[in-house]
Parts: sequence; structure tokens; C-alpha cells
Amino acid sequence: MSRDLKTLVSQGLKSRYRNERIMRSLGVTALLFASGFLLLILSIIFSQGYRAFTQTYIEIPIELSTADIEDISSINFQNKIRDGLRELFPELQARAELADLFRLASRGASIDLERDISSETPPGTINFIALASSDVDMINKGYFVDSESPRGRLSEQQYEYFQSLTDRNLISRQINTNLFLKGDSSYPEMAGVMGAIMGSVFVLGITLFLSFPIGAATAIYLEEFAPKNRFTDFIEVNINNLAAVPSVIFGLLGLAMFINFFGFPRSAPIVGGFVLTLMTLPIVIIASRAAITSVPPSIKEAALGLGASKLKMVVDHVIPLALPGMLTGTIIGMARALGESAPLLMIGMVAFITEIPQTIFSPSTTLPIQIFLWADSPDRGFSERTSAAIIILLVFLILMNLIAVILRKKFEKKW
Amino acid sequence: MSLSAYFVINLILALLLYLYGRSRAIAFSSSRKLFATKGYFGLHNLLVAFVPSFLFVLIYTLAEPGMIRYLVQSALPSVLDVEPESFQFIYNELLNVHAEIIPFDASNTTHTLGLAVYVGAINTVSISKMLLFGSIVLIATMYALYRTNPSFNARVHAELMIKWILMLLSMISVITTFGILLSVLFESIRFFGQVSIFDFLFGTQWSPQTAIREDQVGSSGAFGAVPVFGGTLLIALVAMAVAIPFGLFSAIFLSEYAKSSTKDILKPILEILAGIPTVVYGYFAALVIGPFIRELGDNLGWQLTSESALAVGLVMGVMIIPFVSSISSDVISAVPMSLREGSYGCGATKSETIRNVVLPAALPGIIAGVLLAVSRAIGETMIVVMAAGLAANLTFNPLEPVTTVTAQIVTLLVGDQEFDSAKTLAAFALGLVLFVVTLLLNIYALHVVRKYREQYE
Repeated sequence: MSRDLKTLVSQGLKSRYRNERIMRSLGVTALLFASGFLLLILSIIFSQGYRAFTQTYIEIPIELSTADIEDISSINFQNKIRDGLRELFPELQARAELADLFRLASRGASIDLERDISSETPPGTINFIALASSDVDMINKGYFVDSESPRGRLSEQQYEYFQSLTDRNLISRQINTNLFLKGDSSYPEMAGVMGAIMGSVFVLGITLFLSFPIGAATAIYLEEFAPKNRFTDFIEVNINNLAAVPSVIFGLLGLAMFINFFGFPRSAPIVGGFVLTLMTLPIVIIASRAAITSVPPSIKEAALGLGASKLKMVVDHVIPLALPGMLTGTIIGMARALGESAPLLMIGMVAFITEIPQTIFSPSTTLPIQIFLWADSPDRGFSERTSAAIIILLVFLILMNLIAVILRKKFEKKW
Repeated sequence: MSLSAYFVINLILALLLYLYGRSRAIAFSSSRKLFATKGYFGLHNLLVAFVPSFLFVLIYTLAEPGMIRYLVQSALPSVLDVEPESFQFIYNELLNVHAEIIPFDASNTTHTLGLAVYVGAINTVSISKMLLFGSIVLIATMYALYRTNPSFNARVHAELMIKWILMLLSMISVITTFGILLSVLFESIRFFGQVSIFDFLFGTQWSPQTAIREDQVGSSGAFGAVPVFGGTLLIALVAMAVAIPFGLFSAIFLSEYAKSSTKDILKPILEILAGIPTVVYGYFAALVIGPFIRELGDNLGWQLTSESALAVGLVMGVMIIPFVSSISSDVISAVPMSLREGSYGCGATKSETIRNVVLPAALPGIIAGVLLAVSRAIGETMIVVMAAGLAANLTFNPLEPVTTVTAQIVTLLVGDQEFDSAKTLAAFALGLVLFVVTLLLNIYALHVVRKYREQYE
């Protein structure tokens, strides 16, 4: 009998162990798939975006007479750039040829020149490093090396000029300061994320300023003061549900309530801040409540036992001990708000805005929205910048999460 | 007076009253024993002076634009000949003239007379603000002075006030829910005044682009939302087909098989995946996955678009994997060890234990987690806006392009809009459906999760 059972069991063992291995490998496969996908996303974004951190420039000789320096306001900087280019190619005379040539430099070059020249500039010839147009930039970065048309969007003549400039060592690649310091532009070589970053800073500033105090107050009330009754239960259920409401619905709220009902301006960071506050509140509240519950009851009871009032107990003991946890939750909520774009689309923060916003009422976009806007453009210069903007956004997110992790590691206490 | 001026006055007054209460309490305490320490006298006065007037300024400022608009609306017809329909247009022009966006034109009666009305309304509103603010501050100050006496129990009163303030602040989240419901409901009712609710819920034609001229083709616009709901469902199905198996198996591996050192490496990977902004997923779907699937179809001889439901659902599924995984791992670790040990004791292998003991015990929680993930999938916006199509196809073939509720909401509301057209109101009706569906899913799922936790505690 027992021998039969033994053979019976050992017969099944092989397939049972196989099942064991299958179960294990399914888990490994799932995790490999997830990490593979993450790696794919990051590598594609990086390989597309890293080239946007440098930019192509053309060295152009600019002739400045004494008369020019004396009256800077009368200089036509566009013409100065054109004269410089003409000097590099003295053999070109025909109008069409010259027009082709002029298009090698960006329209932004004259603005940069205007910025560089002051009344202190000594007269004579200066070698001005002029911003090249996006088409030149794309070729110089090697986008078209292996493709069928190595000259990209340049005409045959323009490609020849480009070659000649390269041979004379006048083409250079430098750190792309425009990307970090300028607002949006319809020309890729002049477009930057500074406007969007400022918009994000304003929106997040308002969100932080509102959601932390309100979230912390709500958590303290629910954990320490609220009576256990139906209404408190309702508030709790309500907060948990609010955390799972799709973000686009908050956008509808912002549009109907803040813009249409209260008459706030469209596209303004203040409305974005309000909407994201309401969206991140549940995250802050839930994290803060967890931080408060982790304060050991013995400490609270000791304070009460020594005659402290409830408020004194909360202010002197619960809040200081729960503060790191509350802050961690708030930072995680802020990181979520920074990456959020759907509700901001609803309240009109999606617009072509070239100026860097100065106040919380001026029209602006945010970093994710800038990515959304650039992603739509078929221009290669913009798709490169889209990926670069994503890299910048991810760097900000990583920094914020790192701060949260460090805060947690440093102040977390195991009671 | 500007907002900051009100705030500064408020703050200075509150500080003065705080110092007054404190110093009086010190003086009282030399002659008799007080009910509260000196700080509470100060705190009581500070709260009395600051909170009511601060709330007043806040609420009044929020309501100000509306009040000005109302005053102008009631006064303008007596000065100018204004049709009710064109009021919005004229009002916007007045706003722009006042903000000096549009240059002032002295020969234009709208500018001269209208601006006078507008400026008058601004003055009325701001003067009454100042007067009301002044009287509130006066009453608060008198109350604080009256209460600053030796027999007053400042501690009890101050603590009660703080408790009330905390409760008011915790009401904001409740107000938010009602705000969402009301704002969506209000606009939806207006929409259902133009389009019948049955046509909306059961109609199969969706083309919301109402033309400007009456005689253009398709000028009526059709608002049968079934294809939109179908598209949402299809994409959510594809997403769940990716997220459920991968999320569940990674949760099983992490909570049952992995050593803690492996866990320390693998968990952050899932957390990073969860932390990537949706706009990045959207860009990735539109740029890489969509074209990849189209080319795959080309090689197989199929004509596919790069906006197929498959591409969108796939990326969305990957986005939701961490969500499913983290909820499932919580639920699986909540299953008591004794159940597993009983199974091991009977001679079962690990995988048999998982299949026959752990998963059945965790099933309600896992189902609730899946429902939460479904509500995520149907509410996800950026991926579908960037990678899905806009044409409403009623199909269950995941290789065809479909549109979703969220994508429609965004396209209907972004850009120029007027707020009376059925087109923009339709977005709110879709929003209402989305809100109600996700709310029901969430309430049910959270209820199940809560019950499940209680069962094993």
C-alpha cells in the first residue's frame, strides 16, 4: 500500500516540479518584460534627445564701423549677418543664390548679435558665432548620413556652401544654451524650455503652497480630532475616491468652475495650480495620515497624562514626529503634479507662448505640455527637442523622488 | 486696495491683538489665577482678528469678477443698445480696452460709455469690499477686546476655533467632489436640453463637429456616443490583457519567490515605470509602437494605421503594470502565513500552494485591484490623445483606429470654443459618464479591498 503511494507520488513529481519552474519563469518573464520596456523607452528617448543639448553655429565675420558703434540703435543686424555671409562667399552674385545662402543662418542670429554688441565694443571685424538654421543643424548632427538624401532639406547649392564652410572650419557645435534659456519658438533652433519650466515652477509653487497646509490640516483633523461617526466615514470614503478620479475630470472642474464661473483668466498658472492642488490633495492627505498613525500612542498618551491639552499634544509631539512623513508624501504628490498634463489641457494652458511668463496670471505652458506641443510637430528639429525636454522633465522627477527617498531614509524611525 | 494690502492690514491687526492679549494676560496673572496661559489669550485674539476677515477677502475676491459682470450686465442696456446675445462680445472688448490690450477709441460709444459703466462697476464692488472688510475687522476687534478679561477661558475657546478651522479645511475635499459633480452635471443638463439623452447613450453616429454655416454638409452634428464608449472599452480591454497577466505574475514573483535583495532591485524598476509621466508614454506610443505595428502589418500584407487600438492599449497596459502589481502584492502578502504553511504541510509545492491556496484567498482583493486598474485605463488621457485616432469607429477589431471618451473630451474643449454649442457641452456629458463610471468602479473596488483587509486582520 505505502509502496503504491510512493510510486504514485514519484510519478507525479516530474510534472509538479515542471509546473514549479513554469510558475517561477512566468514571474521572471513578466518582470523582464516590464524592465525591458522601461529600458526601451529610456534608450529611445535618450538616443533621440542627447543631440539637442548641442547646437550648430557658423562663424561669421561682422564688420563694425566707428559710426555703427556710436549709434547702435540704427544698425540693421539682419543685414550685418548677411554681409558677413556674403563676405565668406564673395563669388555669389545672383539674388536666388544669395537668398539660399542667407537661409543657412538662423533668424535668431541677428537677435544674438544685437545682444552681444554694446557701445563698448571696439570697432573693426569681429568673428561672430552665429546660430545656424535648423536644417544645417540637422545635417551637421549627422541625421542624414545614411539616408538616401544626405543633404536633408537643404538645396544642392546650400549643401555645397555648407560643405565649403565645414572645410574652412567655420562650422562648430556648442552647448545649446537656447534650449535652457529661451521660450518656445516656431523655429526649432531658437526654441527652448525656459518658458515651460517657469510655468511649471509657478503652477507647482501654488500647488505646494495650498496642498501641503490643507492636506496636513485634513489629516490631523481626521486622525486626532474627528469624532468616529458616519460623516467622518463619508469624508474618508470621499478622499479615497477622489484619489482615483481621472485627472481629466479635474480639468473639467477647473474649466467650469474657476474659468467660467469665477472668471479666472484662461491659460494662467494660478488656475493650473488650483486644479493640481485639488488633484494632489488626496495623495498628501493619505500620506500624512499614514505618517500620523505611525507616531506611537505611548508618546501621545504620555503628553496627555502630563496634562497637555489635545492641541498641545498634537502641536508639540504628533506634528514634529510626523512632519518628515508628511513632507515625503507632499513631494511625491508634487512629482505627480509636475508630470500631469491632461487637466492643464482643459484649462487652456496649451498654447504657443514665446514669452517667459512673469506672474501667476500670465499665459503659460508647463513642461509636459511643451512636450505635448513639440511632439505634434513633424520637424526633426522639434522631435529632437521633444526628447530633450522629456530628459529634462525626467531629471526633475528623479531629483524630487530622490529628495523624498533621502528624507524618508534620514528621518524614518522604527518605533 | 490690492489683495496683498488687505492681507498685510489683516496680519498687522492680528499681531497687535495677539500682543495685546498676551500682555493683558501677564498683567492679570499678577493679581489672580487664570484659566489659561498667556499664549492662549494671544492666540484667541489672533484667530478672531485674522480668520473671519481673511475668509471674507478670499471669498469676495473669488466672486468679484462675477459681481462686476453682473453689474455691467444690468447697467449697460440703459446706456447702450445691447442685445443679450452680443453682451459677451462687448464685455470681452471692454475688458480688453480696460487692460489696454485694445487701444481706447474715443469715437467709439461702446468704448466711452461702456468703459464708464465698467469702471463704475469696479469702483462699486471695491468700495463695498473695503466697507465690509472694515466692519468685519471692527466687530472682530471689539469682540477680542471684550473677551480679554481675567475670567475668560481662552484655552477652550482657542482650541475649539482651531478644531473648527481644521474641520473646514478638511471639507475642501468633500467640496471638490461636489464641485466636480455639479459643474459636470450642470453643463450636461444643458447639453441634454439640445440632444436627447437616449440619442446620446444609444446612438451609433458620432460626429460632433458642427459646421459654422447651416448649409454645410454634416452641419447638424451627431452625438451618438456608443462608438466612443466602444472605443474606450476596446482600448481598456487591450490594456488589461497586457497589465493583468504581467502585473499579477510579477506580483507573485516579488511576494512569493524573490529574495529581499532581488526585491530591492526589481521594485524600484516598477516604481520608475509608474513614475514616468503619461505624456512620455503618449509620445512613445505615437512615435515608436504605433509605427512599429503598422510596419509589422505591412510585412504581413495588412493595411494598418499607426493609430490602432492595439498600439495604444499595449502602451497603456505597460503603464498600468506597476499599479496592478503593487495592489496584487499588497493583497497577496496580506494572506496569512498559516494558510501557506498548512498547504506546505500537506506536501504541496510552492506553485501548487500559490495556485490552490494563496490566489483563491487573495482573489477578491485582486479583482478589486483589477477594477481600480480598469478605471485608470478608461480615464487615461494623454496616451490616447497623442496616439489614438479621432474617428469614431464602432469596431471590436483592435487593429483598427478607435477614439475614446477622454480623447473626445480633450479635442472638443481644446482651442477656440463657445460655451453654448452642443459641441463643447458634449464634452461635459462625456465627462459625466466617465465620472460616474469610474466613481462606481472605485467605490465598489475600495469597498471590497476594505472588507478583504478586515477579513484577515
